[in-house]
Amino acid sequence: MTTSEVVVDVGGLRMRYGTTDVLHDVSFRAHQGEVLCLLGPNGAGKTTTIEIMEGFRMRSAGRVEVLGTDPAHGDEQWRAKVGIVLQSWRDHGKWRVRELLEHLGRYYAAYSTESIKRPWDADHLVAAVGLTEQTDKKVRMLSGGQRRRLDVAIGLVGRPELVFLDEPTAGLDPVARRGFHELVQGLADEGDTTILLTTHDLTEAEKLADRIMVLDGGRIIADGTAAELARQIAGGDEVRWSRDGQLFRVSTTESTRFVRELFQRYGEAIENLEVRRASLEDTYLSLVHRAETGANTAAEASGEDLAAEASREEVAR
Amino acid sequence: MNPTTMAWRAGWSRGVIELRQSLTNGGDLFNHFFWPVLMLITVFLMRDASFGQSGFALGTLVLPSILGMNAAMSMVAMSQQLTADREDGTLLRAKATPNGMTGYLLGKIISVSGGLIVDLAIFLVPGMLIISGLAIGDPGSWLTLIWVLLLGLVATLPIGAVLGSVFVSVRSQGLLTLPMLGMIAISGIFYPITVLPEWVQWIAQVFPIYWLGLGMRSALLPDGAVAVEIGESWRHLETVGVLGAWAVLGLIMAPIVLRRMARRESGSSVAERREKALQRIG
Repeated sequence: MTTSEVVVDVGGLRMRYGTTDVLHDVSFRAHQGEVLCLLGPNGAGKTTTIEIMEGFRMRSAGRVEVLGTDPAHGDEQWRAKVGIVLQSWRDHGKWRVRELLEHLGRYYAAYSTESIKRPWDADHLVAAVGLTEQTDKKVRMLSGGQRRRLDVAIGLVGRPELVFLDEPTAGLDPVARRGFHELVQGLADEGDTTILLTTHDLTEAEKLADRIMVLDGGRIIADGTAAELARQIAGGDEVRWSRDGQLFRVSTTESTRFVRELFQRYGEAIENLEVRRASLEDTYLSLVHRAETGANTAAEASGEDLAAEASREEVAR
Repeated sequence: MNPTTMAWRAGWSRGVIELRQSLTNGGDLFNHFFWPVLMLITVFLMRDASFGQSGFALGTLVLPSILGMNAAMSMVAMSQQLTADREDGTLLRAKATPNGMTGYLLGKIISVSGGLIVDLAIFLVPGMLIISGLAIGDPGSWLTLIWVLLLGLVATLPIGAVLGSVFVSVRSQGLLTLPMLGMIAISGIFYPITVLPEWVQWIAQVFPIYWLGLGMRSALLPDGAVAVEIGESWRHLETVGVLGAWAVLGLIMAPIVLRRMARRESGSSVAERREKALQRIG
């Protein structure tokens, strides 16, 4: 991953409205072809972060480079390489689906390069997002899910190198959401486009993202794959058993070894053994809870610490 | 191809598409016909009333004035459409597209002016059949009409864009209607301005509506009708002067105000307005 090109490079990003800091020292990188998810509760600063990267909002401090350019000074050529999909677009209601895609594509034609021919063909794109039947329909006649897929198609029409998706499935029904996920996965599978999406939906993050960053209270409180996050922060798996009629419960990142050692030590005395894998949901909730109660930050609380804590707990019993 | 050329072409086709849309959907068509037809009825009812001792029928004097008024009202159309486009995210979409703002604005200018020409034709063509005493046989009349109209558009559209940037919601655009109606009332559209007190005449002469009305009358009325105007003159020089001043003012202000407005547009500002709009409905 580190060998591929850095597409987004954010360091020490801060945002302040009046006297309130919305973002404190946000730093991360995204590499080419990566699907990166900004996960966080409402008001965590996701939208602010993404709007700064889109060049729609001026930051208070810090360094931001998107495709090698500071978005605050991004020119039209830079703009041509970035695709944006927002949740609240209701524009161009009188336009027809294909007509709109074709029109918006025209602006990109001047930015074709030898390796990337811009824009996508409108018919191709309509088919790719599954709107073939609606191709001559007026945009305002589309359902919520169809409208969102059109928004994705518009975001992609210029064959962007980087796509921003801000809460793309908010307000969609489960079927539309599933269709949308497949669309994004298909795009990710092609591997050239870097995708940066925000969501407050955990399952969505787990499903789509190569890497998840949890943002809360204007800080990144965790960063890694879904499995890594679960391991790092929730303190791993929960092991429960009983021995001599007494119940035990331990959290450990090394549940297999722990259970083997448990049997070596007590053999047949162990009963009612249960191993529960840490779910991302637990992780997320505990992360946000921890951040909100102002306890240890995620970086400080590593899995080892928690396992050690767990053993002490067991001894105490 | 050069990106700017590309954007101009895209803007042109955008204008044509928007114009076609406004001529093929029920709601917009209703708007295109409503005012012209209402005005036609007004003119029709006025056709036999004569104005004082001038010997001119009020309907004859009023018809060109209404053309001028309509042209000035394209300012309101521009302003309303800009606000609506900001509210629903069209403007943000333009901002997210390379050279999209250029294409958007050009498209808007074309569709608003095109829509105006349609509205004027809907009014003028039957109007010429109803009203007698117009100087429409002379090619010079049409030439005057064209330059007054073009100058009027350059004077009013940029100002409309400025107003559209200032008003945050479609609803607050309603604030614009009242002063507009007041201005129409004092601008000598439905009755010659010379009957009004002199200080009111001075106020009216600051704004483009009066001059557009005057210019249209100078184009379509016989020379004798000049008798009911201020100073008994068509005052073409002054018309160019005042409309030109508005044009310069608008063309200087519009890019600054538009840029400032566009800079503030982002996904969350569009979402916020949507929330507000939904709350109003609910």
